[in-house]
Amino acid sequence: MEPFKTHTGLVTLLDLPNVDTDQIIPKQFLKRIERTGFGQYLFYDWRFLDGGKPNPEFEPNQPRYKGASILVTRTNFGCGSSREHAPWALLDYGIRCLIAPSFADIFFNNCFKNGMLPIRLPEPQVEELFQRVRRTPGYQLTVDLDRKKITSTDGLDWPFEVDEFRRHCLLNGLDIWWPGDKLIEQACPF
Amino acid sequence: MTPRTLFEKIWDTHVVHAEAGQPTLLYIDRHLVHEVTSPQAFDGLRLARRPVRRPELTFATMDHNVPTTDRSRPIDDPISAQQMKVLADNCREFGVTLFDLTSPDQGIVHVIGPELGITLPGQTIVCGDSHTSTHGAFGALAFGIGTSEVEHVLATQCLLQDRPKTFFIEVNGKRPFGVEAKDIILSIIGRIGTSGGTGMVIEYGGDTIRSLTMEERMTVCNMSIEAGARAGLIAPDDTTFAYLKGRRYAPKEFDKAVARWKQLPTDSGARFDRALKIEAATLSPQVTWGTNPGQVVPVEGHVPDPAEFHDADARKSAERALDYMGLRARTPITEIAIDRVFIGSCTNSRIEDLRRVAGFVKGKKVNKSVYAMIVPGSQPVKHQAEEEGLHRIFTEAGFDWRESGCSMCLGMNPDTLKPGERCASTSNRNFEGRQGKGGRTHLVSPLMAAAAAVEGHFVDVRQYDVKKKR
Ligand code: SF4
Repeated sequence: MEPFKTHTGLVTLLDLPNVDTDQIIPKQFLKRIERTGFGQYLFYDWRFLDGGKPNPEFEPNQPRYKGASILVTRTNFGCGSSREHAPWALLDYGIRCLIAPSFADIFFNNCFKNGMLPIRLPEPQVEELFQRVRRTPGYQLTVDLDRKKITSTDGLDWPFEVDEFRRHCLLNGLDIWWPGDKLIEQACPF
Repeated sequence: MTPRTLFEKIWDTHVVHAEAGQPTLLYIDRHLVHEVTSPQAFDGLRLARRPVRRPELTFATMDHNVPTTDRSRPIDDPISAQQMKVLADNCREFGVTLFDLTSPDQGIVHVIGPELGITLPGQTIVCGDSHTSTHGAFGALAFGIGTSEVEHVLATQCLLQDRPKTFFIEVNGKRPFGVEAKDIILSIIGRIGTSGGTGMVIEYGGDTIRSLTMEERMTVCNMSIEAGARAGLIAPDDTTFAYLKGRRYAPKEFDKAVARWKQLPTDSGARFDRALKIEAATLSPQVTWGTNPGQVVPVEGHVPDPAEFHDADARKSAERALDYMGLRARTPITEIAIDRVFIGSCTNSRIEDLRRVAGFVKGKKVNKSVYAMIVPGSQPVKHQAEEEGLHRIFTEAGFDWRESGCSMCLGMNPDTLKPGERCASTSNRNFEGRQGKGGRTHLVSPLMAAAAAVEGHFVDVRQYDVKKKR
């Protein structure tokens, strides 16, 4: 797994609360048996019109957000189905970091297993990010996991919180095998 | 000893390793597997040359993709067929028990686990599926996991978990006629919201909950995830034990197991992080009007006006939902006409659900404007229903009677809504496009779905009954 230390990238916006994993990756695309290749189907029903043309009304489709790697969105992102295809699709599309007031549990967990960082920020700060991004085409953020800070060239400098264990895993690119088979063999009484 | 909750008792006995500031390593008693969220996990094992650590504790079925029409015919969708074949191959290679399409035990993973007695009180149970919360009805700590975690459990029979908080929801009093288990859980979600249980395990208690059958308890626990909760729990009692007795995988020394299980219920004086009390007498049959299960009102109510919501997110959600659902604010719920009825899914496809539907529709006809289907949760449910002659009641009334599977709950198989079609559904998610792109889903109880099928629009089953009795 690729470590996550410091990431600078273009920010894209999804201005909806309660985005469920059925929207992130609709079921008709769950039939692949690989972990890759899901990015083309991300937000499929919102992103594309009937016939497969991009939907110009879907904000992330605007040219100014092309190549974005940080997604700012609203409360309870990733609710619903446990499908890990949701973070796979976001990652495959290029997203490494998500910022929202809250995330659903299973989705939140799944992100870390894939080297992605979901950050919870209080609602007013998320709202301010929306405004800053909309005001400034090409708006970028730097997410520094080591120092637990989000910064931008416009002077934004915010601390954020992240669970120490998960931070450690991301910084070192540790995947799900912690704490290793040895410990399980030793400690498992079952 | 300090009094402990049911959750704490299960958690404490399953800790393999705990260290401050780190998630806990938990032992997993049962791992359920289905075809959609497992292929990448088995692939990971193969890459790392690891075996499945406890294949005898791992059970697989095919449910999400399976056709619900004639099973003797080949499967039309080659990608679905491949996903099922991959599961069969993986189970053979790794020595995992599989209930495949031809098995007399095949069915929705959350229906067959309890049916076979794989699900037992006091266990930890996981599955790469969010509705694993269903199994909490037996007093098991059961929750959905992602595919990476499926791989982890396959390889180690353990799982890293943050300790959740606890939430006690107490429902007391006699349920009015027409108020089903589905209405209890829908109204809870309406009250606490779709993220009201985030980071928590909900234990349901109170005399109303205790009076529920196992099927009804499963309906309640099933939708805990729609309130954002990690899991739902109901303390095991004589109802639980009676259900489990004699099931294929239930313990052979059953009485000894029961003695152990009787230690599980929450001790008096144990503390929860949050609590909520509900009077059953205040509940009505529920109908969702929006695109998440928290957007729900009593059947005697009307579609809300987005302007009524003070919270900006809720207002925006409501506006969008009305637009998607093709509904106007203030429309009475009973004036909403429907095109389709789906009775099925891991929420409401068990034998009792079907019996109640049969009891209601017997001698009635599905409205001409409606296409209605009933999809039993498993092959044993199907056979039981046929033995009781329920299928004849259904087909005579004009319902389509199908083979078992997830079917139109998520429409990964050919059972889907067409754009704009409006459906009364006994499933658990009314998300945009869930039952088919552009499809409009209203979540209701089986009784409400049956009544809507007959009338062609939503009706208050309570009045319906009074009217017919007169
Ligand atoms: S019936 Fe629906 S909710 Fe239940 S497991 Fe199948 S797809 Fe998931």
